Amino acid sequence: MTTATSTPTSTIDKNALFTYALRLGDDALILSHRLGELVAHAPELEEDIALTNIGLDLLGQVRALYTYAGQVEGKGRDEDAIAFLREERDYKNLLLVEQPNEDFAHVIARQFLFSAMSLPFYEALAKSSDETLAGIAQKAIKEVRYHVSHSAKWVIRLGDGTEESHRRMQDALDALWMYTGEMFVMDDVERAVLDAGIGVDRESLRATWNDTVTTVLTEATLTTPADGWMASGGRDGRHSDHMGYILTELQFMQRAYPNMTW
Amino acid sequence: MLMAEVTSLANSREEKAIWSVLETVMDPEVPVLSVVDLGIVRGVKTDGDDVEVTITPTYSGCPAMTVIELDILTAMKRNGYPKTHVKTVFSPAWTTDWLSDAGREKLRAYGIAPPEKGGAGKLQSRISALLGEEQTAPCPHCGASDTKLVSAFGSTPCKSHYTCNICLEPFDHFKCH
Repeated sequence: MTTATSTPTSTIDKNALFTYALRLGDDALILSHRLGELVAHAPELEEDIALTNIGLDLLGQVRALYTYAGQVEGKGRDEDAIAFLREERDYKNLLLVEQPNEDFAHVIARQFLFSAMSLPFYEALAKSSDETLAGIAQKAIKEVRYHVSHSAKWVIRLGDGTEESHRRMQDALDALWMYTGEMFVMDDVERAVLDAGIGVDRESLRATWNDTVTTVLTEATLTTPADGWMASGGRDGRHSDHMGYILTELQFMQRAYPNMTW
Repeated sequence: MLMAEVTSLANSREEKAIWSVLETVMDPEVPVLSVVDLGIVRGVKTDGDDVEVTITPTYSGCPAMTVIELDILTAMKRNGYPKTHVKTVFSPAWTTDWLSDAGREKLRAYGIAPPEKGGAGKLQSRISALLGEEQTAPCPHCGASDTKLVSAFGSTPCKSHYTCNICLEPFDHFKCH
């Protein structure tokens, strides 16, 4: 993708900025891959199109984020090299997005919990002093709005639906809840990028996220799970078992036919 | 001084000609709209024989962008601008408010309900607004306003899917963005 970009700000540690762009890209890529697994497998045709459209939006964000990460890194890696030619430990996505599809309720819960964070995140990033990230964010806001609204409406429909749909929706939320804490963690990378006026204070997103989740779960007659032990490690490349299987499929073409292009 | 003025005039005449070429490049997914109608061409710059056309995607993942870029290069080459370069920018982010009036009318005639004019500016992010939001789309076939949203996601990322409650025809709506 030939995207015009600003020169990376000089006051920021290049490594931190690279990792930051990579993390955002990895979140979107892995979630997009999970949604891609649903092509022709969603419960109905309209939903098949909706979920894969959401995946496509995310994939578009990934391309811009990886292209930028490659430029910041300055080692000549393009979006494909970053997407396909890394080891598991080099992927820095949240554990939440790699969790398997299981059933439709899990797909919706994962999307809702993630997008409800993503929207205020990109609204804050749109004000970044880094012109490239701000531009990607301004674009993403418009897309993520539809992701929040679509998944929230399904949470309500399933939660306030039949006994079976209510049970499944609650089970999915209970199962995924322990992966939500990682979304708000400020580590050295996040802090360095924030201090440079580029990044977002993830802790400050919590209030909006809580409000969104509580509003929707109440409307859905569901119980907000209690905060307990929270899983983490994704940001440092320590993943759940699922990640290896995802990469096996995602990287298959490049592993089987090195350097192949379409 | 005079030279500069002459040059700038020549440039602008040249650029006008290029805009006319771009008006012949159609969106591959909505072939009644040119890339100019759609508002995705953000600028044209010339420097001698070199031409730079700046475009912006409707959606980050719009798969038509590669084709659009190729179509622009082909049209430019055919019209005597072989040294054209297409630059993609994300900012400022594309909005349906940039769709020309002519573009809106062409969409309607093609059977796609155009986005509400100025509708993009009204979009909000608070959850209460997101849950309550209903974009209205009059039926492009019979004109009735009694229509129903089937899915917020349609045949391409930029469209949602509706059905008309009066003539019962399904139709696409170019959603506010």
